[in-house]
Amino acid sequence: MACAEFINDSSNTRIRFQPGGPCHAIAGLARIAILLLAVFALFPGTAKLKAQECLTCHADAGMTDSAGHSISVDGKKFSASIHGSLQCSNCHADIKGYPHPDKPAPVDCKTCHADEAAQLTGSVHADAKTHPCTSCHGDAHTIVPKSNPASAVYALNIPKTCGQCHGNADMAKKNGLPNVYPLYMDSIHGFALSKQGLLVAANCQSCHGSHNIKSHTDPTSPTNKANIPNTCGTCHAQINADYEAGVHGKAVAAGNLKAPVCTDCHTAHAILQPTESAFRMQSTPICGNCHKDKFSTYRDTFHSQLGSLGGYVETARCWDCHQAHDVRPASDPSSPINKANLVTTCGRCHAGANLSFVQYQPHANARDRKLSPGLFYVRLFMNLLLASVLTFFLIHTILWLVRARINQIKLRKGEGGNNA
Amino acid sequence: MPEQDQAAINTAPSAEIHHTGSQSPRYYMRFTPEQRYMHATLFTSFLGLAATGLTMRFSESFWARKFAAGVGGFGAILFFHKLCAIVLTIAFLIHVKDVFTRSWVRREKGIFWGPTSMVANWKDAKDLFGHIRWFLGLGPKPKFERYAYWEKFDYWAVFWGMVVIGFSGYAMWFAPFFAHFLPGWALNAVLVIHSEEGLLAILFIFSIHFVNTHLRPDSFPMDMVIFTGVESEEEFKEKRPLEYQRAIAEGKLEGRLAEAPGTWQINFSRIVGFTAIFIGLLLLVLTLSAYLRE
Repeated sequence: MACAEFINDSSNTRIRFQPGGPCHAIAGLARIAILLLAVFALFPGTAKLKAQECLTCHADAGMTDSAGHSISVDGKKFSASIHGSLQCSNCHADIKGYPHPDKPAPVDCKTCHADEAAQLTGSVHADAKTHPCTSCHGDAHTIVPKSNPASAVYALNIPKTCGQCHGNADMAKKNGLPNVYPLYMDSIHGFALSKQGLLVAANCQSCHGSHNIKSHTDPTSPTNKANIPNTCGTCHAQINADYEAGVHGKAVAAGNLKAPVCTDCHTAHAILQPTESAFRMQSTPICGNCHKDKFSTYRDTFHSQLGSLGGYVETARCWDCHQAHDVRPASDPSSPINKANLVTTCGRCHAGANLSFVQYQPHANARDRKLSPGLFYVRLFMNLLLASVLTFFLIHTILWLVRARINQIKLRKGEGGNNA
Repeated sequence: MPEQDQAAINTAPSAEIHHTGSQSPRYYMRFTPEQRYMHATLFTSFLGLAATGLTMRFSESFWARKFAAGVGGFGAILFFHKLCAIVLTIAFLIHVKDVFTRSWVRREKGIFWGPTSMVANWKDAKDLFGHIRWFLGLGPKPKFERYAYWEKFDYWAVFWGMVVIGFSGYAMWFAPFFAHFLPGWALNAVLVIHSEEGLLAILFIFSIHFVNTHLRPDSFPMDMVIFTGVESEEEFKEKRPLEYQRAIAEGKLEGRLAEAPGTWQINFSRIVGFTAIFIGLLLLVLTLSAYLRE
């Protein structure tokens, strides 16, 4: 039961206390408060408008401005919000009292959040008109800390929040951006976040940052190619260490940005679980983008022919032999394709692999006489056999067909035969 | 078309009636049931091997991926390929044992030499040239014995093919074991050998063998003798005059008289045979299209 009720009519606002109510005792205090209010009203320059007062009008859920936008504030939600301890005029600084102008000045969050505003200034979202704080954080009147699951920037809500724009195909097209939200949601990170609710799963800001998001073309951006290993390495520390020890990591560290970083193989947003068939099926051509000759010779082998069809993933892909991250040349004694390690490497799939077995050339080229002479001549012989047998019998059969047909027609006295 | 006549008349031949009577032709045995079952086993497992093998060989073509998905993924393709390979291997071993028993245990004559042997002889070389001369209108048609030269070639092509494809296939299947006595590069070579020889077998069977044996005008659309085991006297005399004359001379012709094939037998053979030919021709088209696109 309420102790008091606000009475709101066009000309006057007052509070009516309910006599005999359970909080009759505080009614006196309330009277004192109103007195104080009246005093502050005389000195508007020093007074702060209290939420309670503004809510007298703005609590009306149907309240709109002249353009039809809602200007109502839910008092309960506001006091529960992180801004609940603030007064309206802390943010709506141009409003000193009632009545106030029809169009109050826009709220400037940087009055308090100066650091974030400074970061935002250099970012891709710097334009406050198209990217007001509320576009990510939601209504400032109901804003809660980012650790609160109700927050728009709570770890599990971030993709959806960013996806409002970055899952919009038209917006993506207009700005020349990939429509990344659906890609992310179907990725291993997206599944970890949406299905498992993993707070540590990478969300948008884990890689891109939050207020200081910069284009990947900016050398200081965490998504700049040179910085990607460290960005991913924030979580994937061991893999980053392996990568840095391998040829690709060393090349990137030396400034050769043609060498692949994490996203070149795993993609940036549509990252798949690498042990799953979908990734195994699409992975070899990725290495083949650069290692064209090796990819071509791999495709001639049993490993590739068997592996090219849907779902069959048991045959060796590039990194099954070369390793995925700690890629080292065959001359390196710690490389899995070093001669001394081949029995172990091949033996991971081929139980019983011996020294003779590992002489198998996974990149043999039957068209290269110098590289694979035995194979070259075997293929040459087989091709000659195939060509000569088929050519001879093709001619033989065609001649036979013609003669047999002529004779058939002759025999049947030009009637055209049975099968004319 | 002799087969249709057989079906229409469908009466048991009688030795008493005149030899060339057109109303009720006589039928003679050409293939034993064992030989027919062997052929059925061969072509069934061969079609299976070809369908699954081509899928692996041309694994990047659109139909290969669809087919693989249709039969349950690529593991299933390999499983069926190995299954058919085992069936064909057993059939091959049965045949080798049969040849061995007939020649060395029962001391049958004519297995390795003579008119009924599968081994090529001087007459086959002469027949080949004579046949080509006849094609070109330069001479008479040669008179063939029980097995003509192209039939012997078919036999040895399959025989050699099974040894080569089988050996290279098992070398891949059990690669670590074969590596005990094969050099490393041979493991590379077996795939080349297996796929090229397999391709040769597929192209040969589905084009040359189909036409030579079934689709040529004399036998069109199918030579039923491998399914029913018997052929009419007219066909026998026309296709293998020397064997016919030899049978008369040796007095063995009557001993080979057989019943005309029943309607069900002809219909069943037609269904099986046409299915095999259809699958074969389909595979041939797919193979050629994938091969030419490579």
